[in-house]
Amino acid sequence: MSEHTFRVCIVHLDEGKAEIVSFGDRNRLIGGSGLAAALFEKYGLPLEPWSHPDQPLIFAIGCLTGYFPLMSKVVAGFKSPYHDQYAESHAGGRLALSMRFAGFEAIVLRGRARVPVAVHVGSRAIEIKDANYLWGANVFTTGRVIRRAFSGSSGHRSILRIGPAGETLSAYACINVDTFRHFGRLGSGSVMGVKNVKALVVSGDSDMELPGPDPKAYAKLFQKVHQDMTATEMMSKYHNLGTPGNVIPLNELSSLPIRNLQQTRDPDAVGISGEKFAEDLLIRNAACAGCPVGCIHVGMLREQFQDEHRFQIRQVSYDHELIFAVGAMLGVMNASHALALMDEVEKQGVDVMSAGVALAWATEALQKGVISLEETEYPLAFGDHKNYLEALWCLGHGKNEFYRTLAQGAMVAAKKYGGEDFACVLGQEMAGYASGETFFANQSMSFRHSHLDTGSYGYDQKKHDKDAAKAVAFFVEDERERVLLTSLVSCLFARGVYKKGLLAECLVSVGLPDLAASMDKAADEMQRLRWRMRMATGYEPEKTTVPKRFMEVETWAGKMDQAYLDDVRSRYAVAIRDLGRPVEPGKG
Amino acid sequence: MKILRASRMDRCIGCHSCSLACARQVHKKFSWNAAGIRIKSSGGITTGFEASLCLGCEPAPCAAACPTGAYSQRKGGGVLVKMKLCIRCGKCADACPVDAIYLDEVGEPHVCIHCGQCVPFCPHDCLELREKQEHVCVGGTCDV
Repeated sequence: MSEHTFRVCIVHLDEGKAEIVSFGDRNRLIGGSGLAAALFEKYGLPLEPWSHPDQPLIFAIGCLTGYFPLMSKVVAGFKSPYHDQYAESHAGGRLALSMRFAGFEAIVLRGRARVPVAVHVGSRAIEIKDANYLWGANVFTTGRVIRRAFSGSSGHRSILRIGPAGETLSAYACINVDTFRHFGRLGSGSVMGVKNVKALVVSGDSDMELPGPDPKAYAKLFQKVHQDMTATEMMSKYHNLGTPGNVIPLNELSSLPIRNLQQTRDPDAVGISGEKFAEDLLIRNAACAGCPVGCIHVGMLREQFQDEHRFQIRQVSYDHELIFAVGAMLGVMNASHALALMDEVEKQGVDVMSAGVALAWATEALQKGVISLEETEYPLAFGDHKNYLEALWCLGHGKNEFYRTLAQGAMVAAKKYGGEDFACVLGQEMAGYASGETFFANQSMSFRHSHLDTGSYGYDQKKHDKDAAKAVAFFVEDERERVLLTSLVSCLFARGVYKKGLLAECLVSVGLPDLAASMDKAADEMQRLRWRMRMATGYEPEKTTVPKRFMEVETWAGKMDQAYLDDVRSRYAVAIRDLGRPVEPGKG
Repeated sequence: MKILRASRMDRCIGCHSCSLACARQVHKKFSWNAAGIRIKSSGGITTGFEASLCLGCEPAPCAAACPTGAYSQRKGGGVLVKMKLCIRCGKCADACPVDAIYLDEVGEPHVCIHCGQCVPFCPHDCLELREKQEHVCVGGTCDV
C-alpha cells in the first residue's frame, strides 16, 4: 500500500468474510466526507433501492483523525431510506479513534447477513457472531449484552448498535454510538437493519508510530492546538451550558420552533432552558475520545415508580436539538419530562429531530381532525409527555399502519392523511431553528438537509439585505469550508480554531505537505463529488418544497418574505446543479 | 519524589487526552495504550471511567520481578526504567498487582514514570503530582 492511500476494511456480510483494500489518494480525497463519497462512487448502486443487499454502508475517518484534538468524528455514507438518495451522517463517541487504532480509515459493510449478527473489527480480528437473540432488544440492552459478548479493549473500543426502529426499517432510524452519540439523521440505522447487523464493535487495539517527518515538531504543534482549543471561548460555549444555551436566545429572537411551529416564542421555554437543565438535572459531562472539550451533557432522570419513595434513575444526554424536538416542538416545557422522552427516543433508536417533529405534526393533525384516535391510539396533546412516551414506542416498533407510515417521515404521513401545510419538513424534519427564510431555503435543499450544512441559521440571526445571490454564494462557500473539516474529520464545533493556516500546519506535520498546499482545491472537488453522488441517486433540488407553515412564522425580523425565499431557492437549485454536474469524460 | 495520582476520576469525561499525551511525549508513540496511564470505562460510559496507572509501590513488585535491572526501585515509589536493559520477558507486567504495565505487540513494557507530563492535558483536573502520604510505608503500617 502506498503511504498516500487509505486502508479500508470491506466486510462481506453474506460470505462472513472481509477484504482489506488500499483505496484512493489522501491528497485528493482527504478522508471523511470525501472518502465516503468516493467509496460510494465505487461500491454504491445509484439506481438500485437503498435496501438492496449490495448497497454499502460506509464509515470513514480522515487524514487528521486522532492526530489532533477534536479530530474526533466519523462520516457515514449510505443510500438513505428517507429519500432513497446518497446521504451522509456524522457521529463522534469513541468510534473515530477506535477506527484509527484498528488501522482502518474506512469500514464498509456490504451484503446482507443471513441472520442478525454482531460484527467485530479490530487490528487483528474480524468476527461475525450470531446476534439473533438480540433482535428486538432496545439500544441500551443491546449495548450491555454486546459489551459482554465481546470482551477486551474496554475504553478503547466503540459499540454501534440499532434499536427496534432500525429493525422495522424506519426512514429515520439512527445508529447509536457509545450510548451518547449517534449517526442521527436520514436513516442509517435501517441500513444496518436491512443488512441484519444489530451491532458493530470496533476495537482500537494497535499502537502506531508518531506521524510525520519530525515527531518533536508534531508534539509541539499538538500542544499548541490543545491550548488553543481549551483556552478559547469555544470551551465555554460548548463546555458550560453547551448547545442548550441556545434555547433562551432563540426564544427571545422568536426563532424557537414551538408546538409544531405554531409559535416561535413562549415564556414557558424557561422550563426547558439550558440554565434549567444545568441547575436541576445536569450530573456530568462526557467527551468524544480525542476531545478535551467534553460537550456531552448528561442529565439525571429520576422517576418514582412505586409508593414509599422507590425511585429509578437513568443518565440521559441532552442537547439543544433534543430539547427543541421533544421539548418545545411537543409543548413539553418541563425539563424532566423532556428528558424522559429523550430516554425513550434513545431506546427506540430513532432520530430525535425527525421523531419529535413527526409527533408534533401528528398532534396537530389529531387536533384538527385530520387523523383520529384510531390512528394514534393515544390522545396526543401538546405538553402531555406520557402519551408521547407511548407514541415513541409505537413509532419505533411500527405498531400500526399509521405509525409505520409516520416512521417513513412526517410528509409521507401528511401526503397520505392530509395536513401537508403544517408538516414541518425541510428535506427532512426541520432542525431547531425557526430563524428565517435563509435557513428554511437552505435546509430544504442542502446536501444533508442539516442545520450543520452551512451557517444559514446564524445568517438569519444577523441583519442582512435579503440579497439572494449573496445568500447562495454564502451557502456554497460555507459548505465547502465545512466539507474540508468533515473530510479531515474535525468536529464542526472546532471550526473557530481550525482556520486554514492552522490546518495547513497540521497537515504538514503529519507528512501531507501537498494536501496542505492544495486543500482548497481538494475541498472543492470533494464538495462536487458529494453532490454528484446525490444527483446520481436521483436528487432534484427543484422538487423540494417549503410547506406553508414556515411562511406563517414571524421572527424578530418580522414576517416571512415569500419572494426572497423563492429567489434564494431558485438560485440555490442552479448552484446545486452546477456543483453536481457530471464530470466530462477524461476530466475525472 | 512526587508520584502521579488519578485522585479525581469521578470528574473524568473519557477524552483520553492524558493517555495520548503520555504516549506522544513520553513513549514516543501514537497510541492510547502504549502509555503509562490508560482510561477504561467501568462497564459502559454511564458508569464512569477508571484510570489504569502505576500506584507507586515501595518496594515495587515489578522491579523485584525484573531479571535484568531494566526496572529498578524509584525513590518515593514506582520504578526507574532503563529500556536498553529490557529483554521483553513480561515479568514486570505479570508482577504488577493493578495491571498498570502495558505490553505492546512486541512485548515492550510501558509504565508510568511519574513525570507528570499528562497532568496539564486533563481538562477536568483529575490528575495530580504529589508526595505520597507520609504514613504509607513498607508493609502498610507505620513505625510505632
